[in-house]
Amino acid sequence: MELKRILALLAVAGLALTAGCGQKSDDDDLMAMANNATKAAAVMGTASVAGTVSLTGKAPGVGVFSVDADPVCKAQHSGMVKDETVIADAKGDLKNVLVYVKDGAGVYPAPAAEVDLDQKGCMYSPHVFGVQVGQPLEIINDDPTLHNVHCLAVINDSFNIGMPNQGMKSEKKFTKAEMPVKFKCDVHGWMHCFCGVFTNPFYAVTGENGSFKITGLPAGSYTFVAWQEKYGESAPQTVAIKDGEAKSVNFTFAATN
Amino acid sequence: MNNPSYQPPLHRYALFTAACTFILLLAGALVTSTGSSLAVPDWPLSFGKFFPEMRGGVLFEHGHRMVAGTVALLTFGLAVYTQTVEKRLWVKKLAWCALGAVLLQAVLGGVTVLLHLPTEVSVAHAGLAQIFFCLIISLSVVTSKIWIEDRDHRISSNMGFIRNTALVVTILIYFQILVGAVTRHSGFGLAIPDWPLSDGQLLPSGWSPGVLLQFSHTRIGAFIILVLVNWIGFKVCTQYTHEKVLFWPAASAALLVWLQCFLGVLVIATEKSIIPTSVHVITGAALLASMLVLTLNSFRLFQKEPVS
Repeated sequence: MELKRILALLAVAGLALTAGCGQKSDDDDLMAMANNATKAAAVMGTASVAGTVSLTGKAPGVGVFSVDADPVCKAQHSGMVKDETVIADAKGDLKNVLVYVKDGAGVYPAPAAEVDLDQKGCMYSPHVFGVQVGQPLEIINDDPTLHNVHCLAVINDSFNIGMPNQGMKSEKKFTKAEMPVKFKCDVHGWMHCFCGVFTNPFYAVTGENGSFKITGLPAGSYTFVAWQEKYGESAPQTVAIKDGEAKSVNFTFAATN
Repeated sequence: MNNPSYQPPLHRYALFTAACTFILLLAGALVTSTGSSLAVPDWPLSFGKFFPEMRGGVLFEHGHRMVAGTVALLTFGLAVYTQTVEKRLWVKKLAWCALGAVLLQAVLGGVTVLLHLPTEVSVAHAGLAQIFFCLIISLSVVTSKIWIEDRDHRISSNMGFIRNTALVVTILIYFQILVGAVTRHSGFGLAIPDWPLSDGQLLPSGWSPGVLLQFSHTRIGAFIILVLVNWIGFKVCTQYTHEKVLFWPAASAALLVWLQCFLGVLVIATEKSIIPTSVHVITGAALLASMLVLTLNSFRLFQKEPVS
């Protein structure tokens, strides 16, 4: 019996140490990030880059899935729910593609404004989004059912939190740039979304018509890429831009089924 | 030491605990197969409650915890009951070991949830589950009427080789299960997407750690276990047909090993569908249990001195 007690105590002590160390590391990272942002003295510019992301070849059919595993989820949908993995219109324009500056942008201070990630109808909204390092990410449960929010970050600390009640909110901050970061709900196996964590504000997610616009770029040379959850990262495109200039950059993905 | 006497209620209690443990193994297999391992993010409570809403993945994860709690209580009862009525000290010790194992197993289950399923801890949880099952099966065997009242019965022929082989095969099956657990919990279950070929070739074109693991489990390990279990099954079933305590475990193992291989192929063919994958896990446990029973009984029957 003594041995069991010792083992249990060791396990608990190990957990406490792990949690404590993780917290210290997070705080240090945030402090370092804030210092770096100040040193960079990054300023917003007046140039912009816009364009579209489209799919070549035959787009995959729209997948559907059932949410009947939870009656609360079922009650919020009429029938099957559309899969958001690939959403393309008749022209092949792709929604939910994250376009961002992979190289050339400096480090910018995190905005105070939070980014909301909502759980509504047992779906994540938005399905794809971006957030800056240190920027608050507010996770909300708008469903009258329980969810867990399982963040599968690799570079940042992963987390798994329970949100059993409607209206619950939880704020998280990432300490390092990482792309992409997947979120999933293990209660409802179909629920997942993706987030990009950046050190600058130069990113955008394509809308229904596959278009995006990134504004506030200072003059310079930037390497842009587009990321789609099924097709991955596009070939990079480098653009040199002057103050006040507006340039166009388009991306294409080849459909693979 | 006084000769032990057969205690029917103790034996039935042990058998009931073994049956519940088998259900617990299925419940645990379903948690992983349905991807529900982290559906309940906290431990020992679930969403801060003793009994959360049983929805989606929570049904599997919290259901597993409830079955595990029941088995832990049953095991506590078994240890106390054995301590009370059993005369053999080593059987009492075995029962307390089972209780220690199930408590350690609960801690491992909690730790793997809180640390987000590190492979080492998840594999340890899977491996200890089989050890605990073996302990309960052993208690069921050594408290049985035939073990106690037939203790002077011996087989005169030299079966030492079969007895030792049974022991070795039991250990090999356990290691095969461990390799399977590492493959499963590190996400390499479909590292080679087809069977018996590997991407259409006899051998994989590349040997990444995942491919090596999966190949070891689904080809090398499976082949060795299949041959050995069938060999020993054939030997026992043909030479010791009248020794029921040897015949039935050997025959069961020989049938289960084929079922297990078929299920393994089905796991790959269905891309780890929930039902074949979960049944594959518990069939592995049943195979291990069959070989363990054969080993225990063959050790009893081929002892020079009676085993109490």
